[in-house]
Amino acid sequence: MLSLRNLHARVGEREILKGLSLEIPAGEVHAIMGPNGAGKSTLSYVLTGRPGYEVTSGAAELDGVDLLTQAPDERAARGLFLSFQYPLEIPGVPALTFIRTSVNAQRKARGEAEMSAPDFLKRARACAADLKMDFDMLKRPLNVGFSGGEKKRMEILQMALLSPRFMILDETDSGLDIDALRIVSEGVNALRSPDRSLLVITHYQRLLDYIRPDRVHVLAGGRIVASGGPELAHELERDGYDKFARAA
Amino acid sequence: MNLAEAIRLRDSSRLPSRRDEDWRWTDLRSLVRTLPEPSPSLDAARLGPGPFEGICETVVTLANGVGPVAIEVSAGETRTLALRNVSRGDGSHAAHLRITVAAGARLTLLESHEGDGGGLSLLSLEVDLASGASCERLVIADGGTDAISLVDAEVRLGAGSEWAQTLLTNGARRQRLETRVLNPGDGASVRLDGIYVLSGRSHADQTSSVTHSGPQGQTVQLTRGVVDDQARAVFQGRITVEAGADGTDARMAHNALILSDRAEVDARPELEIYADDVACAHGATVGTLDAELLFYMRQRGLPEAEARSLLLASFLGEVIDRIQCAAAAGRMRAWLQERIWGSGE
Repeated sequence: MLSLRNLHARVGEREILKGLSLEIPAGEVHAIMGPNGAGKSTLSYVLTGRPGYEVTSGAAELDGVDLLTQAPDERAARGLFLSFQYPLEIPGVPALTFIRTSVNAQRKARGEAEMSAPDFLKRARACAADLKMDFDMLKRPLNVGFSGGEKKRMEILQMALLSPRFMILDETDSGLDIDALRIVSEGVNALRSPDRSLLVITHYQRLLDYIRPDRVHVLAGGRIVASGGPELAHELERDGYDKFARAA
Repeated sequence: MNLAEAIRLRDSSRLPSRRDEDWRWTDLRSLVRTLPEPSPSLDAARLGPGPFEGICETVVTLANGVGPVAIEVSAGETRTLALRNVSRGDGSHAAHLRITVAAGARLTLLESHEGDGGGLSLLSLEVDLASGASCERLVIADGGTDAISLVDAEVRLGAGSEWAQTLLTNGARRQRLETRVLNPGDGASVRLDGIYVLSGRSHADQTSSVTHSGPQGQTVQLTRGVVDDQARAVFQGRITVEAGADGTDARMAHNALILSDRAEVDARPELEIYADDVACAHGATVGTLDAELLFYMRQRGLPEAEARSLLLASFLGEVIDRIQCAAAAGRMRAWLQERIWGSGE
């Protein structure tokens, strides 16, 4: 599904990813943990094509297709979704309008027919109910005046409606209380399937109690310095990142 | 300096120049060395449909400056009227139209400035609203890229009357839409809104002045605009609250987005207050589209041009939301969408 080989990337003059390699097969959930400044968010922006994040060498492929030559919206249409650590507000554009425009832009890019307004509304209502969101919130301008937790739920709602194949969750647990964390995690778990994969970026092991990973990787100094099963997350929680940070 | 006289006498030395403080950003004298010949007559019956076509039955046309000189709305009457100011060719012309709205009457004025060619045109409106009268003036100014188009409105309000105005423009070679309102207070209210969407080398100037001469009057003003390429927008808004005009409530906002390094926005909001116990505020912002926000939208699958258009439409659409006449608002929104989405990247 996702294949990263010896990826080097920089922001301005600063090299942040320094030879990152990672394979995530279809149907698996991988977690990336690491100290602040390790390059976790940079990785998510490099994969999604944020301007200013320059890949200097290496390769990134989704289903064998080179991601790095594509525009951010082309990557999205191929099924790549990033749940932002800090979701943005769009004044004047109701959430429903924005999400429906996004869904149909992706469909158009894939050569599929538009989703009709009634079909879309039906799905949106169902997704909002699953995430225990008041449907009226979707009529308000996207994320404007929402709390941190509400914005995170809105990200997962968009993810569910866009139905991506590869999902990146960047610190989705930050700003969530324990009830919201459970609801959001259930929403994410509902999307797990044999043909979808998930990359969970987090500081803490807590989220991984709800979204159980197949593999856990430690990112430090711009590279993956250790990989293991779910038990690695517990080890990190107990011992901290110190020994890995030194290894990097 | 008198524009109508300059045109009538074909004397360019009477045109305003950058030395006239109120015209410093819309200099006409250096642009017009010699005033063009008077415009030929134009057959009003043979003009195509105007931008407000079909909304109302009554259409008043000024064809190269020739048409009715007065419109009267009698007491208690409610009327919707389209006013088309059509200019064709490279000549010059000036027209003057007096509009009176009697006590308690209500007028919706759907005004369009439709130009092509490289001529110079002036329309001077003189409007009187009697006590308790109301007028909503909705303007689409599509002056043509080569034309010089000037529209001047002098508005006098009676006690408790209501003036609501929204200007929508994509500019011209030089264009100025000027509105001066005398608000006597006593419950009289004014809305002076505007939108400009400029590209190429077009120029649009929205200048306004509201004078509150008595207590308990209200003015709200919201102007939003977008400039691209080498276009230039001018916003000058002055609100004067005279001594004794206590209890005046006046709020002005101007927000502009600049999409190109070579585009320009000149803004001058002014509040002059000589009364006590007034609530006055003005706010002005000039910015660019938020790059982080554009990336967020593209990550969700919107191509860049579509993301930009969606942001512009919502930014400008908030001005349209304030229009009372729904049919005209729909037409103005469509006009705007066409200019935003049609421009493409």
